[in-house]
Amino acid sequence: MNPILLSPFDISIAASLIILDAALSILLKLRLHRQIAIAAARMVVQLVAIGYVLRFIFTLNNPAATLLLILVMVLVAAREVAARPERRFKDYSNLVIGFVSVGFATFVTSILALTTAIRPQPWFDPHYAIPLAGIILGNVLNSASLSLDSFLGSVRRERQAIEARLSLGDSYREAIAPLVREAIRRGLLPIINQMSAAGIVTLPGIMTGQILAGLDPLEAVKYQILLMFLLSGGSGLSALAASYLAAWRLTDDRQRLRLDRLQ
Amino acid sequence: MATALLVKNLRSAFAGPFELNLGTGACAAITGPSGSGKSLFLRMIADLDPSEGKVWLNERERGSMPAPQWRRQATYVSAESGWWADRVIEHFDVNRRSEVAALAARLGLRADLLDAPVAQLSTGEKQRFSLVRALLPSPPVLLLDEPTGPLDEESVARVEALLRERKATGTSILLVTHDPNQAERLGDQRYRMVAGHLQTP
Repeated sequence: MNPILLSPFDISIAASLIILDAALSILLKLRLHRQIAIAAARMVVQLVAIGYVLRFIFTLNNPAATLLLILVMVLVAAREVAARPERRFKDYSNLVIGFVSVGFATFVTSILALTTAIRPQPWFDPHYAIPLAGIILGNVLNSASLSLDSFLGSVRRERQAIEARLSLGDSYREAIAPLVREAIRRGLLPIINQMSAAGIVTLPGIMTGQILAGLDPLEAVKYQILLMFLLSGGSGLSALAASYLAAWRLTDDRQRLRLDRLQ
Repeated sequence: MATALLVKNLRSAFAGPFELNLGTGACAAITGPSGSGKSLFLRMIADLDPSEGKVWLNERERGSMPAPQWRRQATYVSAESGWWADRVIEHFDVNRRSEVAALAARLGLRADLLDAPVAQLSTGEKQRFSLVRALLPSPPVLLLDEPTGPLDEESVARVEALLRERKATGTSILLVTHDPNQAERLGDQRYRMVAGHLQTP
């Protein structure tokens, strides 16, 4: 079975639904019609652009170009991780923590999947490497930002407790351990929920996409299962990295709690 | 009297420079308005805040030992006590329960409070338990930040009696207090903190 290709006309029929939204907004005075129009236009432009970029990179078929695109994606994800927590470092630490944790988790899990499970020829074939890195990035970004948010929030709340332990001669590592543990937990919860709900509450996107593209459901399911495992591994790695990096950044050579480094 | 704690040119961007010479078994009491840097001074000595300058304990410079080891010898007790577990007893070494209970009793704390959730304790009870926590390992120097702030008169007397006893056995105390009478009762040396500087009255 071949995928059914869409013509611009098919899409413009669906676009009329956006007009329905806008009409609704005007009718009910939601004052959202401008935003709906802008968001829809942005979405179309962004997706068409990335479509051309991907096509370009695919024809280049150059590992350096593939790597560069993935690095740009990681950088954008790192910015998201850095921006979400309520508490931030005064310097660029948020961004560095986001970049390292997201990049590390994405590279480790993508390379593992490409070299052992999916095995395209060559393993860095952009047709596989880029979409895979993209899916993993989206999830890993989420867990890294949740972990970072949890850690930076709790460290200020628990300042008295942490410093009480330090004062009594506990090491920084001991004093901070419960907060790091909680932050990693927070980062792992979404993927656990996602796995439990998969197939019952939700039909995950990749599987649905592949079925629409004509793949046998069981083959699509296999891909989805592989992906879930990758995502859970990636979430764990990024939550771990984000939490430990933030904890490390908040101390110094005398094992102090350096809240003065936060905004 | 032999010098226990020696502070030379200790300073940060917010307070100092400080000089202090505290003898073994002596108590230096610091009074002064809120925000004048009294807590900062104690925190700098405990190495909880970054500072420049030097601090010695019995002729050993604090930089020569890991920070946790230093803090076990110059133990800071903050004005607002911090707790990291649910129950009071979980903040102590389980093998020393009877010693904890004995010290707690001397400060007028009921024995059943040991197993109570921290959240159920009053501010004054928490303050006294945090003092017990610091006194238990018998550090040679205590850095006490308003240890009797939230306490009633009877409890204040109990705390002071215990501190006097510790002084007699060689513990040196740096005491920050808002109560000038307490400074007079306990302090062998007396200072006043004004805008980040120590003054002798």
